[in-house]
Amino acid sequence: MASSVDYDDVQGLVRFGYPRMTEACYFLVKIKNASATRDWIASAPITSAVKLEQPPKTALQIAFTREGVEALGVPQNIVNGFSAEFISGMAADENRSRRLGDIDANSPTNWQWGTNGNVPHAVVMLFAEPGFFDEWKRSITDQSWQAAFEEMYCLPTSDIGGREPFGFVDGISQPEIDWEQARKVPINGHEREYSNLVSLGEFLLGYPNEYGRYTDRPLLDPVDRGSSELSFAEDQAGMKDLGRNGTYLVMRQLSQDVRGFWQFLDKATNSNSEERYRLGSYMVGRTIADGLPLVPLSSRAITGIGKERDGRTKNMFTFDSDVEGAQCPYGAHIRRANPRNADIHGAPKGLISTFIRILGFGNKNVRDDLIASTRFHRLLRRGREYGPKLTPEEALQPAPDNDVDRGLHFFAINSNIQRQFEFVQNAWLMGTKFDGLTEESDPLIGNRSPIAGCARTNTFSIPRRGRVRRRIMDVPQFITVRGGAYFFLPGISALRYLSKLGD
Amino acid sequence: MPQANLFVAAPLKMDRIAELRTLLASMNVDPGMANPQNPIVPFGQFDRLHFARFVILEDQSLDDIHAAYGLPRREYPLILVFIADFDGNADDFRTELARRAAVGLSRIFSFCEGFSPDADLVRWMKRHENHAATAYVNWVGRTVQRIREDDALRRALQMHLQKNAAVFAEKDSTEVRRLLRAFVEAEKTAGRIKLSEEERTPLAWQLRRVVHLVGVPLTLLALAPVLVLYLPLFIFQLRRREKSDMEIAPRPDPKHEAALSQLEDYDITNQFSVMGAIKPGLFRRWTLSFLLWLVNYTARHIYVRGHLARVSTIHFARWVFINGKNRLVFVSNYDGSLDSYMEDFINKAGWGLNLVFSNGISYPTTNWLVLEGSKNEQKFKYCLRRHQLSTQVWYNAHPGLSAFDLKRNALIREGIERDDKTDAGLRQWLALL
Repeated sequence: MASSVDYDDVQGLVRFGYPRMTEACYFLVKIKNASATRDWIASAPITSAVKLEQPPKTALQIAFTREGVEALGVPQNIVNGFSAEFISGMAADENRSRRLGDIDANSPTNWQWGTNGNVPHAVVMLFAEPGFFDEWKRSITDQSWQAAFEEMYCLPTSDIGGREPFGFVDGISQPEIDWEQARKVPINGHEREYSNLVSLGEFLLGYPNEYGRYTDRPLLDPVDRGSSELSFAEDQAGMKDLGRNGTYLVMRQLSQDVRGFWQFLDKATNSNSEERYRLGSYMVGRTIADGLPLVPLSSRAITGIGKERDGRTKNMFTFDSDVEGAQCPYGAHIRRANPRNADIHGAPKGLISTFIRILGFGNKNVRDDLIASTRFHRLLRRGREYGPKLTPEEALQPAPDNDVDRGLHFFAINSNIQRQFEFVQNAWLMGTKFDGLTEESDPLIGNRSPIAGCARTNTFSIPRRGRVRRRIMDVPQFITVRGGAYFFLPGISALRYLSKLGD
Repeated sequence: MPQANLFVAAPLKMDRIAELRTLLASMNVDPGMANPQNPIVPFGQFDRLHFARFVILEDQSLDDIHAAYGLPRREYPLILVFIADFDGNADDFRTELARRAAVGLSRIFSFCEGFSPDADLVRWMKRHENHAATAYVNWVGRTVQRIREDDALRRALQMHLQKNAAVFAEKDSTEVRRLLRAFVEAEKTAGRIKLSEEERTPLAWQLRRVVHLVGVPLTLLALAPVLVLYLPLFIFQLRRREKSDMEIAPRPDPKHEAALSQLEDYDITNQFSVMGAIKPGLFRRWTLSFLLWLVNYTARHIYVRGHLARVSTIHFARWVFINGKNRLVFVSNYDGSLDSYMEDFINKAGWGLNLVFSNGISYPTTNWLVLEGSKNEQKFKYCLRRHQLSTQVWYNAHPGLSAFDLKRNALIREGIERDDKTDAGLRQWLALL
């Protein structure tokens, strides 16, 4: 039986993006001393997801790689209960790298961290409101921290006004998590309409997911050491749930060539600034001025949209009204990353029309029913930018000799890395055949690497109603992966379990 | 010209399997990816060949029958399978095989029991063929030659449009087509574009098709009284089994997983080979045979234009019984990564997968034959992956072209060659360019 969520047991990052805490840094650490680390975890003020009357001014979160979990002394048979992707890691398997588009310039061999002995054991995330950060960092990195961890990197973040480095409003669209578990998923049927309300189990382990099932995670025997800290699994009688209220955190450091981006757009539009911004908007799928989608807002209310203050106007849409892609190109970033479709095309109402659709008939357009159902592939994004702000106008200037790296620390929370992050990355973003397209991948994050039988993947199509599409050729690679790892973001009681492994 | 296929299966000599693996691997450029010009079977020289593969059927699940039903494990010799999908009939293709690759094929088949190099290769292959219970072709009649011509045409049109972007920018669909037709005519005259006539389907083939088209419904009609009478008993038998059949779907062994994934995602199309034992007893065997017979009917007469139910990413697929009807092999060629394929299987055609595969040992529990089963997402994925086989050599005549690409290219050509488009149709055509 599904039980309600104990926010006390969930790390706050799953529920909050901590937008008021504009200062943050991510420590990538190795465990120097397992016992000292366990002590540190036991006393660390990890922030939970409880909503307080007085919101805290600082927050602390921690997540571990498989290497970190092992270093803490979790027995192998329990480690084996984590997902295969987590066990293998983001960069260790070249077959995975091939699927994620981490080849050529993106290849892990070029990464600054996350590969070849450079895999962190944990990421420790510090957040604070302005003015509180230095003190917070000092208090966290005290003597017990020094005894526990070896710092690999302290990745800084920057707040550039709610925009990502290219200058577009970032993080507008997020799934609405069904914390109340009110959502009933159709086990054998179909969702006929796109919904932004997504089952809790897609973002937290230990709860039913969009298939109405519990995602695999490590379950312990009650006699296993430390398992008294854990609650029982809902789906397997007598087993203790190490995953419950925890989840996986996908982290990728994405370096953005802001100058390259705007200079390319400038050239492609003969330095017409209006056209330049329009082309940029086509690539993103939202306007640069205010982040409004390029398609009109839906007249129908969409479940799970409308709770945030202005999210309503920017997210109340699907692409159903733009079958031709003339308003928002098929290949636009937001259309690839979240196609906003339902389980079955054309929202059939009657039994017979549904049956016809199930048999694969009744499609009107050649592209109908090409894209996988969105609700199984949602990501909760918690990333932050790094590097100094560069406006699009400044980006047109040649780079100074001492130009610095800027980009995004991409964070995605999901309970099934393979079905959520990896699928979106592989099939939708890197996919050169997404939605009937060819010879192009995501205009922002695509790697432009050739594929077998198809030498070019570096174009971008802008369909036009009743006219030949406009095609942008020779789009360079704008985003390069600099590092990444898969982490387990444990629930609070799972952290207690980890801290007790030495006893 | 319709497509046919070949499925040669022969038991291997157990002591020389490592040697065979090395030989097969020597045909590849990347793991599992055939070099089209490899000297053993130079697939690239076959103008009518779409896909081909060599697979050693190494079933990982032979113990399942004991675990699930308490029956003794059945031993089978390892079997080598050679599979090909091609245009035209199998006799012509076998002859071509013997002409172009007799030495190489003999070398490969000499690892099989009972093959002698002096034997007539064609006859030997014929004797070892298994007929597909169900064969699916994405687009019946589309030949390799046509695929290549369509793609060359699209590329030429793209280049022309790109070079003359300013000219075409504001032209409407009628005008664009007029200009492109003139361009194609000029290119044809200059010998740079070739658009050959479609090859006619041989009369015998058409006759067989019509007989099948009518024969199956007539047979069903004749059987209808019996089937209707049997239905209550069938439901009883089915439900009883569905409640007791055991599912066996542990997470695949990491080594097995790694061996499979190193063969994938070099091309946007991938191969899939999977096998398993059919649940013991006549009920499942007959149910499965009957269902595959029906599915085959739909594949031959209904799903002949770009999709199998809602799945539009499969180029060729087939189900073949082996070892009597004790085991079933499924092979397919699909677009995208395995994750996308599984996604299609579960969310678009889950009921169809259940219908067939639930008759196999270990499959996730179904209800009423079509419900649940594949919807048990993780178990379904584990189960299929566990039954999946390493495809030692795989050849694709048109890498980089998805089934949708092929469809789009064909539609583009249709718009150039034919005149029957309405205004709306012409605008849709323009959008494909």
